[in-house]
Amino acid sequence: MSNDATRRSRTHVSCTVNGDQVDFLADDGTSLLDALRDELDLTGAKEGCGTGDCGACTILVDGRINCSCLMFAPEAEGCEIVTVEGIAEGDHLHPLQQTFLEGAALQCGVCTPGFLVSAKALLDENPDPTETEIRYALAGNLCRCTGYDKIVRSVQEAAVQLRGASR
Amino acid sequence: MRYAAPATVEEAQALLADDTGAQVFAGATDLVPQMRAGRPAPSLLVDLKGIDRLTAVTHEDGRWTIGAATPTAELTRNEAFTAAFPGLSEGAGLIGSDQIQNRSSLGGNLANASPAADSVPALIANDGQAVIATADGTRTVPAAEVATGPGRTSLADGEFIVEFTFADPPAGTGDAYLRMIPRTEMDIAIVGAAVRVTVDGDAISDATVVLGAVAPTAVVVPDAAAALVGTSVADGALDDAAATALAEAAEAACDPIDDKRGTIAYRRRVAGVLARRAAAIAVERARNGA
Repeated sequence: MSNDATRRSRTHVSCTVNGDQVDFLADDGTSLLDALRDELDLTGAKEGCGTGDCGACTILVDGRINCSCLMFAPEAEGCEIVTVEGIAEGDHLHPLQQTFLEGAALQCGVCTPGFLVSAKALLDENPDPTETEIRYALAGNLCRCTGYDKIVRSVQEAAVQLRGASR
Repeated sequence: MRYAAPATVEEAQALLADDTGAQVFAGATDLVPQMRAGRPAPSLLVDLKGIDRLTAVTHEDGRWTIGAATPTAELTRNEAFTAAFPGLSEGAGLIGSDQIQNRSSLGGNLANASPAADSVPALIANDGQAVIATADGTRTVPAAEVATGPGRTSLADGEFIVEFTFADPPAGTGDAYLRMIPRTEMDIAIVGAAVRVTVDGDAISDATVVLGAVAPTAVVVPDAAAALVGTSVADGALDDAAATALAEAAEAACDPIDDKRGTIAYRRRVAGVLARRAAAIAVERARNGA
């Protein structure tokens, strides 16, 4: 089988990240998380566990949340990637970012980028989630500081604001 | 470690034939944690998601065909599939978080061969057939014959699951899957139970009971199914004596481990309770769908 991609251990990856077309080289076995952080300097997504349990590395891949620690970098070829860096509009924070700040929904902050991306995916699909729906949707994101309550309240407040803005 | 994304089953077969250190994957939700825990890294990662057939979901001529690498989120979002196999859909939907759901697959869940795999009992209860790519073709075996023990399968080196096929359930059929975990979400089953029944008139005419996490592989329990067949559901619920016999047969079929998640005695007891509850849900679905 003469497949060039299999002979090299470093692969050229072409995808969009936060709306921009990007190209980078990545070792085949490296995680997309490491490629985002080390090749593209997008250090918002964090490595907590590295095994898909904690959600600190959550990004959107073609609109769906994924643990970027479980993806090999070459899998991003042709994908639309959104990281936490892509959810604000310029200097204007996304309502979730604003309500997290105002609601003290973070302490150490390591989990926050993942929570923001997961919460955005939830509200994009379901603008008026119940508290139970929010808690289930965020079950793949772990926080060891807040006890979750302030995170849930902040998502609820952001949902109210977003529904108001879209009226 | 190299990465390859073949576009066809044949390309994947050739890659695997060329490199005995190659490893297929779909979502890598088990592979990456295992590598992190010290499993030797493969020389070649073969990403099966680029093969259209591995992520296709079709319903034609009375059969469903589910690509083995299809993300389970695609199955739980598929209303027609979920209506046909509600128990399998709910089992598949219990694998990990929403993040994991966008990566996890029926093929991976089965081939990883965890006794506690949440999609496997209902996969077997619905008589899923696994189409397996061999060195030079394909072979088809019942899904129940793929896992042979914790982390062990009947797949030969270089073989991988291409897709699963299911016959349309007969009229009056319902299935259900329940699992016991110590929390409400994001945990590994202590016990899982899938039950499928077919109701004809006021009686159960066919049944399959499959337990997970209580033996080295998921176990089919013919005695538990036999306890249901022929019994009346005329008043809308399981016959009490049948339900008790079902639970006793389920308990007797358990060969569980003792671990931090649950003792042998606890798993055995819960297996009977879950089998009974899952059967009640399956009967309700069978009657409502009939």
